[in-house]
Amino acid sequence: MSGEPWDGRIVIVGASLAGLRAAETLRDEGFTGPLTLVGEEPEPPYDRPPLSKQVLLGKARAEEIGLPRRRKVDARWKLGVRADGIDPVEKRVLLADGELLPFDRLLIATGTRARPWPNPAEARLDGVLTLRTSEDAARLVERLDAGPRRVLVIGAGFTGSEIASACRERGLEVTVVERGPAPLVGALGGALGAFAATVQRAHGVDLRCGVTVTSLTGRDGRFTGAEFSDGSRMDADVAVVALGAVRNTEWLAGSGLAAGPRGLACDAGCRAFTMYGIVTDDVFVAGDVARFPHPLFEYQMLALEHWGNAVAQAEVAARNMVTTGPRRRPHLTVPVFWSSQFGLNIKSVGVPTFSDQVVIAQGSLRERRLVAVYGYRGRITAAVTVNQAKWLEHYQFLIETAAPFPPTTGAANGIAPAAPVPSDVPDPQLLSHGPTVALTGHLPDRRLTLVPPGPVPSAIPRP
Amino acid sequence: MQIVVDLNRCQAYAQCVFLAPEVFELHGEETLMFMPTVPDDQQERARRAAAACPVQAILTGEQAGPGEW
Amino acid sequence: MPPDTLRERITDYANRADPYPLYAELHENGVTRQNDGSYLVGTYHEIAALLHDPRISSDSRHRTDPETVPRIRREGQSMAFIGLDDPEHDRLRRITMRPFGPPHTPHRIDALRADITRICDELLDGLRDKDRIDIVEEFAYPLPVTVICRLLGVPQADVPRIHAWANDIIASLDVTPGRIGEHQLNAGVEAREAMAEYLGDLSDRRRTAPSDDMLSALVHDSGPDGPLTRSELMANATLLLIAGHETTVNLITNGTLTFLRHPDAYRQLRDEPELMPRAVEELLRYEPPVHLLPQRTPVTDVEVCDVTIPQGAPLILVLAAGNRDPLRFDHPDRFDPAREDNQHLGFGSGIHSCFGAPLARVETQIALNALLPHLEHFQLAEDPPPYRRSPILRGPRHLPITRTSGT
Repeated sequence: MSGEPWDGRIVIVGASLAGLRAAETLRDEGFTGPLTLVGEEPEPPYDRPPLSKQVLLGKARAEEIGLPRRRKVDARWKLGVRADGIDPVEKRVLLADGELLPFDRLLIATGTRARPWPNPAEARLDGVLTLRTSEDAARLVERLDAGPRRVLVIGAGFTGSEIASACRERGLEVTVVERGPAPLVGALGGALGAFAATVQRAHGVDLRCGVTVTSLTGRDGRFTGAEFSDGSRMDADVAVVALGAVRNTEWLAGSGLAAGPRGLACDAGCRAFTMYGIVTDDVFVAGDVARFPHPLFEYQMLALEHWGNAVAQAEVAARNMVTTGPRRRPHLTVPVFWSSQFGLNIKSVGVPTFSDQVVIAQGSLRERRLVAVYGYRGRITAAVTVNQAKWLEHYQFLIETAAPFPPTTGAANGIAPAAPVPSDVPDPQLLSHGPTVALTGHLPDRRLTLVPPGPVPSAIPRP
Repeated sequence: MQIVVDLNRCQAYAQCVFLAPEVFELHGEETLMFMPTVPDDQQERARRAAAACPVQAILTGEQAGPGEW
Repeated sequence: MPPDTLRERITDYANRADPYPLYAELHENGVTRQNDGSYLVGTYHEIAALLHDPRISSDSRHRTDPETVPRIRREGQSMAFIGLDDPEHDRLRRITMRPFGPPHTPHRIDALRADITRICDELLDGLRDKDRIDIVEEFAYPLPVTVICRLLGVPQADVPRIHAWANDIIASLDVTPGRIGEHQLNAGVEAREAMAEYLGDLSDRRRTAPSDDMLSALVHDSGPDGPLTRSELMANATLLLIAGHETTVNLITNGTLTFLRHPDAYRQLRDEPELMPRAVEELLRYEPPVHLLPQRTPVTDVEVCDVTIPQGAPLILVLAAGNRDPLRFDHPDRFDPAREDNQHLGFGSGIHSCFGAPLARVETQIALNALLPHLEHFQLAEDPPPYRRSPILRGPRHLPITRTSGT
């Protein structure tokens, strides 16, 4: 490598998965200057996916899910302290404890929080919970251990569905209420949504779709039940509000950055935009809070609440913070995520909501082993496997190369492929449509390959 | 010792479950669950499991956080 | 030499001891059509992609020319999952996995550790005073065959019969059926049938007198997919029995050979046995027990590296070449037991990845850790050693080592 690594002071706001991996990458890249991590939660970085899985099943304790480090990181940790704002002129982060942290470069990785129940009085009832932090999980486990007569889960996205699955596995009665037509429909579309509904009901979930909770009722401050938009009501001892996530951007209100409810906008190199659409060169973004343009999805700004994105984007952001010019990398990773529920391993690559059609390319809904492939205007944009994870990387390659949809028939599984059907993605809110940044065009007609600048590479990458 | 598995990489070859069945578990046909904090008497097995992962999805290490260096 | 003769040259026994220069030719030539109409792939990324490509079949009935398939069974017999596609492959493998591993029996292999260690120690005790040892005959073969027989429930007294059948079966396998005489081919088919019948009879006995072995579990403990039919059980138990030792013998032998060729690595692993799991992964990359997968067939035209492999053509994936691909591994020809980035193809990948991989790993880790201290005063009697005929299950037939003078 030629040239000294960039030097200066770096502050990372957000000390969870993205913040941690960014800090490690900074040191890997040779950054030796002062580094501070600020985290609102008091715990060192921990792994969130187990919260709605192993932890709820009692297989791991909420206090014992700390993340392993990849390397030692020489850094100052300010945990249990919220960041309240940024002074963009003096380049300082304002902390809730009054400290002013000067920075030369800043990484914002403040993530999301659980969307609270909209009625604050009802939300305060004892027994009304959310699930986002390890503290939340510990509280929920305690409630489930107490053997509630019924658990009400509001919202049938991935978190709500995983909670319902854990409840059933523990032998608890559970009611799931979902405004949309089916569970997971917002992320996976109509076909797999209907499948998820069948699976939930087969596992004994009292699933009510097309229904909303109009009020949570209580007695003496304790949650006792709920009333629904169809006029019915029910008694329950615990309610888990699983209405999705809110991006932690409010603290950036006075910063002049392009921050809002959909996240903080950045370019493909993770550099934040100002509210005027001008790219900064000292403020970077990574993880759930970031909104970034993706060439495979027509440069629409994507905001991803995915474990894998937090890691990949943090690595790119950190590298770009301490390098310049042609050594900087774009964040081009194809979105991937997983969920496990009701004995099924659901994995996704691409963006299933960025689709107009879907086809069951392998396996079948009946067997509960399948590969669903999504297409948009004749090219493959996503694939979802259910208990067929070994096939997924093939479809990732097809997505990366914009392969035609539907995929080639003749799959060796001996079943004639089904005909494509509309993907029925009901709610466009899940994709932030309309890019706020226009970039020059890119046609994904081949797999994107990063070529290191500098000396001529000794080997030409194969197409 | 802490572990984390990149379950995006995981393809359920389950080598880790064979090699460290107290730490890793297949829950259903291919859902991998793991014990993030590895008990002392299972660390050797957990390390063997990480070495054998065909997709190199398992990270083992000291817990990340303050006071670590 | 022309790339369309690579298959011939790779299968030529003269190149068995060192096929790696031929594999380097594969790296240079990408996907190559052979003069017999088959296609050879030896680059890492392409092999990995094809192993996960649903258009590639493992069922030889998709071959346009059935003569390109080694004859291993007669009409009406069940097939083992290795030669089937999903969903049949998936169903049979799932049922067979029930008594072997997770999710149903997660502790089976871990629980074998003590047994494997004891068998190793007994074998090594018997070699204590010898000045010349054949690692294959006296250690690398008896260990896995003893273990797989115990695991399945085959009495030790029958091991010699198993050995004889396995020899005939392996000898009848080649990438190029034409190379093998009619007599040898028939002997292979007959041995496979005899072994299958033997295992069928054994499982019948386990039906009335169950024991704590896999055959007993297979006939008694049926899951959501139901039990195997008798014919399915015979085919799949035969596969497990053969694959359960004919591959591991290569891995242990190749490991011994490699450590004797690399004294620094030998000393490091002898002194730090906890590094063995990673060293075994490196062996699986550097000298894998299965060099090529000869039985794949595209069910539709498939384009790889600008070459169209036509539907029904024989497709041969050279795993051992992929493992040495310089576009995937740094210094691919260096044996580095501490290699960090080592996502090798030693056990294949995708749905057909080696069923017995965890057993092979545990056996080899324990075997080499037990053996290494004994090799202190030994050297290779011949280098290269004599190899087995098979270019598929490639490994030494014998590995004679001798005590160095002065000790």
